[in-house]
Amino acid sequence: MTMESVPDEVWVTGIGLVSSIGEGTEAHWQHLNTGKPPIVNVDEETLAPFAIHPQVEIDLGTQIPKRGDQRQMGSWQRLGTYAAGLALTDADLAHKPEFLSEMNLVVAAGAGRRDEAVDTEILEGYENADNPAAFLNESLSNELRPTLFLAQLTNLLAGNISIVHGVTGTSRTVMGEEIGGITALQTATRQIQGGQGNLFLVGGAYFSERLDMILTLEMNDAIWKHPYAPVWARDEGAGGTILGAAGAFLVLESRQHAEARGAKPYARINSILGDRCPRNVGESTAIAKTQFEELRKNIPAGPLAILTGASGIQPATNEERLFLEALIEEGFEPAYRAYGSIFGQSVEAHFPVGVALAAMALSKGKFYQPFDTSGYEKTYTGDSRQILLNCWGGWRGEGMALIDTPSNTNLRGAQ
Amino acid sequence: MSQALKDHKNRPVVVVTGIGIVSSLGEGCDDNWSALTSGQSGIRKITRFPTDGLRTQIAGLVQSNNSEHHLAPVHSLDMATRSATEALAQSGIGSKGNFPGPLFLAVPPSDLDWTARTNLNKEPAKTNLVGYHHMIEVAQIGKYPEYHPLYLFGNAGEVLAEKFGTRGLPVSLSTACATGATAIQLGVEAILRGDTDAALCIATDGSTTEEMVVRFSLLSALTTQNEIPEKASKPFSKNRDGFVMAEGSATLVLETYESAKARGAEILGIVRGRGERADNFHRTRSKPDGSAIIGAINNALNDAGVEPEQIDYINAHGTSTSENDKMEHFSLNAAFGQCLQEIPISSNKSMIGHTLIAAGAIEAAFSMMTIQTGIIPPTINWEIPDPDISLDVVPNVKREKTVRTILSNSFGFGGQNVCLVFSGEPS
Repeated sequence: MTMESVPDEVWVTGIGLVSSIGEGTEAHWQHLNTGKPPIVNVDEETLAPFAIHPQVEIDLGTQIPKRGDQRQMGSWQRLGTYAAGLALTDADLAHKPEFLSEMNLVVAAGAGRRDEAVDTEILEGYENADNPAAFLNESLSNELRPTLFLAQLTNLLAGNISIVHGVTGTSRTVMGEEIGGITALQTATRQIQGGQGNLFLVGGAYFSERLDMILTLEMNDAIWKHPYAPVWARDEGAGGTILGAAGAFLVLESRQHAEARGAKPYARINSILGDRCPRNVGESTAIAKTQFEELRKNIPAGPLAILTGASGIQPATNEERLFLEALIEEGFEPAYRAYGSIFGQSVEAHFPVGVALAAMALSKGKFYQPFDTSGYEKTYTGDSRQILLNCWGGWRGEGMALIDTPSNTNLRGAQ
Repeated sequence: MSQALKDHKNRPVVVVTGIGIVSSLGEGCDDNWSALTSGQSGIRKITRFPTDGLRTQIAGLVQSNNSEHHLAPVHSLDMATRSATEALAQSGIGSKGNFPGPLFLAVPPSDLDWTARTNLNKEPAKTNLVGYHHMIEVAQIGKYPEYHPLYLFGNAGEVLAEKFGTRGLPVSLSTACATGATAIQLGVEAILRGDTDAALCIATDGSTTEEMVVRFSLLSALTTQNEIPEKASKPFSKNRDGFVMAEGSATLVLETYESAKARGAEILGIVRGRGERADNFHRTRSKPDGSAIIGAINNALNDAGVEPEQIDYINAHGTSTSENDKMEHFSLNAAFGQCLQEIPISSNKSMIGHTLIAAGAIEAAFSMMTIQTGIIPPTINWEIPDPDISLDVVPNVKREKTVRTILSNSFGFGGQNVCLVFSGEPS
């Protein structure tokens, strides 16, 4: 039954990843391991003056066969449903109702892109209308497409995944920008560890070609307004983030469940911690220190591979870098990689992207080369049995995870 | 440990020690309960914004604290704060600004209000760009600083976590019209697996705006019976033609029976079971065979360890749409069989309307009060029975009955089906 199992380890047995640099685990691995800092896909034209990392083209029909389904979705739902399908295929669970019907879904989601043309048209007419309120009601009634509501509706990424892929256990959608991604993975992880389920599909999707989100973030001066620069180089003024498209889904499975069906893990999720603060100077660092204290009993001193979701927004990004550097004083040799430099900020998908990258690297037994030429990102010399993932949300939320490798089993190579 | 502190699966019993309610019927549990049990309706003609040209012009609104410059996320947050304050005072748990557990929050997604959009649009900017580019330029000048961070989806959780001092990251949920129930589910699960002894579950919805009315209208989900607002929400009636949008908030303080007993708290009831089953048939409709809803009901009864005959009352989802009430009846019939005829079932939405994101939690709070008082609120406006729905809907007038165990249903777009089972304190 869906809700009951035995407390167990959490294995990552499937990854579905689509971003601005590619599709699938192997394409990402190749792209990120060329011996040089990875090439970045930046679009500085479409939303100029704002840069974004655009979604690569995908052949939707391979994961969302029905045209009718594709038409009912917004871009972000198509991206997420596609990535979810990749994860299920990767875990060898696609089209297997005996598993999918009991599989639990935890999705991190915001809302879909508004119809910016309709909004603009209404705004143009509103000012000069004889009766602005009546004009607004009439325009909304006539111009909004009935399908737009569902294409934007937060929990309809999960709904579409259920419809297209047949995942029908429990279905929870969590929100809160990056916090949504952290709490989605934390919830599923704790459920498996606590014996409340043994098979989960968890992730999120963000489609970057949308001005409505840039408006929301620019209210707080949070967007990077200069030509592309990697995260650590955005230390001018308030810094800023560059939004990036990503769909990232993971199949999480209890060890027992995976072994019973002969599934090999990429990695194990050891712990996911999350907290928040109003972000006065030093508060995020204090949280991170507490989190690290809780995790360090499982982390040997010496070289430490770290993925960070740093956004580029200041002062948080510099504060985080100093926290990571200070791990030297604790006996560690931190080698960190800001994956936002390559992927951009993928909001709800941002933390799932980090977990996917960590799991891929662990299964390959090799950590990533530096993602930029800032010099902050040091060559990593240790073994690759565990990766620390640190993710501070663009506005709020401090997440930290330890992803490692289970004992007494063979890992799968990324395929 | 005494046997009563564990359930039939040897898990800690999860109790409710505080509730708070805000709805179109009033402020606080007492006012709401007296209005609800006397069959009053909170549905009125909408006056917050002009309804010219809208097919539906009624709703169950809660008075806004700032009607001059009404913004939906501010309203949702305000109601959440009020219901949580009431629930925490009743519970007496923790101390002011220091709740000993996590926050599970059911809160609407917050698109920019049209008030905000038109305000931004009418300000001059340095270039002649239009639409979003123009509004972005205005935002960059810092014209309306109060709009940030209202339209971040994590803001409500952040504000409430800071105010009430909950632990860890707030979990902000969105499962459409099941969200309130989902928040309770997640709170219970966190306690059952030993992550915490207490959880604060807040649900709120203040998102009735002109655009939301239009959006639900375009899906043909709303009633258009505007003439007598109080009569428009008529769950299980033959002439029902859609739901009435409404606002409100409820908070439930959950904790282990053991910790509640240890601190001498009053036990309002227990969350005895929860069941869920996602539907993959259609974005807004249930599987015709009802299997997902039936699965959710059966999962809840199994989780609670109760037989259908032990359910004394069903707090229906009962939205007053043709589709919901038909499928809810059909599925209950399949799950309960003959004994369904003996079980009273009523819809709070006949009086307060459909509070959407908050509904599952408001109905959970009312369920606690039914257990406490032995009064079942009626389904009002039940004048023309639907011959295809044979249920004891507690028509029009409250009923007194000893109620030990309740099933509460919540269903939402996107295939969300959540059922909860509540009981009184174990004897």
